[in-house]
Amino acid sequence: MSTLIAPARETVTAADRVAAARRRISMAETLGQTLMMAWRALKKMRRNPEQFFDVALQPILFTAMFAFIFGGAIAGDVQSYLPLMIPGILAQTVLTTCMATGTQLREDMEKGVFDRFKSLPIARIAPLAGPMVADLLRYTIAATLTFGMGLVMGYRPGGGAGGVLAAILLAIFTGWSLAWVFTWVGTIARSAQAVQGISMMILFPLTFLSNAFVPVDTLPGWLAAFVRVNPVSHLVTAARDLANRAVVSGEVAWTILACLIVMAIFAPLSVRSYKRHM
Amino acid sequence: MSITELGRTGGGPAPNGDTDLAVRAEGLMKTFGEHRAVDGIDLHVRPGEIFGILGPNGAGKTTMLRMLATLLKIDAGRAEIFGVDVAGNPHVIRQLVGVTGQYASVDENLTARENLWLFSRLQGIAAPRARRIGTELLGQFGLEEAADKPVAQFSGGMRRRLDLAASLITRPPLIFLDEPTTGLDPRTRGQMWDTIRSLVTDGCTVLLTTQYLDEADQLADRVAVIDHGRKVAEGTPDELKTAVGDSTLQLLLAEPGEVLAAVEVVRRVLGSDPVISPERGRLNVALDQADLAADVLIALRTAGVSISSVSVAKPSLDEVFLALTGHETDEHDETGTEENR
Repeated sequence: MSTLIAPARETVTAADRVAAARRRISMAETLGQTLMMAWRALKKMRRNPEQFFDVALQPILFTAMFAFIFGGAIAGDVQSYLPLMIPGILAQTVLTTCMATGTQLREDMEKGVFDRFKSLPIARIAPLAGPMVADLLRYTIAATLTFGMGLVMGYRPGGGAGGVLAAILLAIFTGWSLAWVFTWVGTIARSAQAVQGISMMILFPLTFLSNAFVPVDTLPGWLAAFVRVNPVSHLVTAARDLANRAVVSGEVAWTILACLIVMAIFAPLSVRSYKRHM
Repeated sequence: MSITELGRTGGGPAPNGDTDLAVRAEGLMKTFGEHRAVDGIDLHVRPGEIFGILGPNGAGKTTMLRMLATLLKIDAGRAEIFGVDVAGNPHVIRQLVGVTGQYASVDENLTARENLWLFSRLQGIAAPRARRIGTELLGQFGLEEAADKPVAQFSGGMRRRLDLAASLITRPPLIFLDEPTTGLDPRTRGQMWDTIRSLVTDGCTVLLTTQYLDEADQLADRVAVIDHGRKVAEGTPDELKTAVGDSTLQLLLAEPGEVLAAVEVVRRVLGSDPVISPERGRLNVALDQADLAADVLIALRTAGVSISSVSVAKPSLDEVFLALTGHETDEHDETGTEENR
């Protein structure tokens, strides 16, 4: 018999292992495991660059399209529409990007490797949070391209580089928090297609029933009421204030608060339904 | 106490009573909707042994294993691993058990080395040691050459080996193997058997499921036969065979190419077909009486079929299963049906 396991190694003792086993996972371990999972997701992205098509194409395409279609009608001309629209596109792009988080998680969960993740003594949140950390790269690309496209079209943000950077950071944070909603959808839906469908139904009202593309005072009263409480509206207003005037308004606080609430609800929900999937 | 002091317990009685069991399951139950996949199974696995769970597809083997590995909730009953309650301490159990699934559970997008690195680092192994373990395991499982290729390009056998390697990173005292050789060709299968045997010499306990009766026979110290979620028999492969009685003539042909000629001869002498083993040139002939063996051998000599080894033994687990459950193992010899999903 050929022995594949090196005979020199000491033998395994079960009792020692039981005694040495850790009873719970520390925060530091959870963080380390999440970062390892992010490393895995980044490797995956690098080997499947087509995953970047949406984050690369959408900002370029939508910025040009929306500016020329709505510019004249809403703001008189394209130039004066850009300061209103670019923060709107920013919010929309980041939201679409976080929708992909759920779809990809669902696809990933169907693969055998998730069985191993479940059987390992690691934090249950790590396989969910890891890809989301890696997705920060996607949000950054999407947000930067949106502003880049705006600049090409003649947008000159009054807030300067600092204001734009702050707006991008806020958008990335919002995208990352809202992604937990889609992660949760990813853990409950039956297939990746279902995730896509459900996500669309969440995404469209959120982005279009906001002040992202039109001024709120043009809307009927009942709709304006919803638009005013929509977290996306807060993000858009906050991003406008930051990018166009370099003003940190109360809207920034509202956006961050809304994001924290979303995370506090959907992160535990996601972990719970991920566990139940076993 | 150290399980190395127990050594391999084989078919003998548990030397330290029930308190030192590697796996103790009492009345395990799992229901999916209307379907009761596991219906009150008891299992006692001793440290240092290879324990086989044998049954056809859909018998509840995988469900059983997944419950013990904390991958499925236990609906009713109780399970302990090295005295630790499975339902109550899943995190501890996950540190004690290495699981190798039916579908190779490694990441297709990563290379073999990256897979081992990921699983090592996730389990808190420091970077230099993780690197060393990776290289060591790749060497032991003959994967050095493919180490930096994406797993997507791997053959089935290579995936299985990587999968098993990944389960051994922390050298867990208990290893679950879910159908470790389903879908593998006979040669790769033999290699996998050797690897599994070497695990127990290292001090591990192995719990494996299989739908191959000869695999259980080859590897397992003790076997539980399950069918429709229930245990229908348990014992050493020899005990199970004794329960059925009769004897089997095992032939190893000198020329594996003469298998068909040999089958022809046996059919002429006994009026029934022999079982062709997946091992090349191996035939198992069921005999009503042991002395019919002589008739078969003489007829083979006359027909010019030469034989390299011959033995008269108790019947294979194939026949045992038929006797125990009243039906044949449906999926027997249909390799890879579950694999190619």
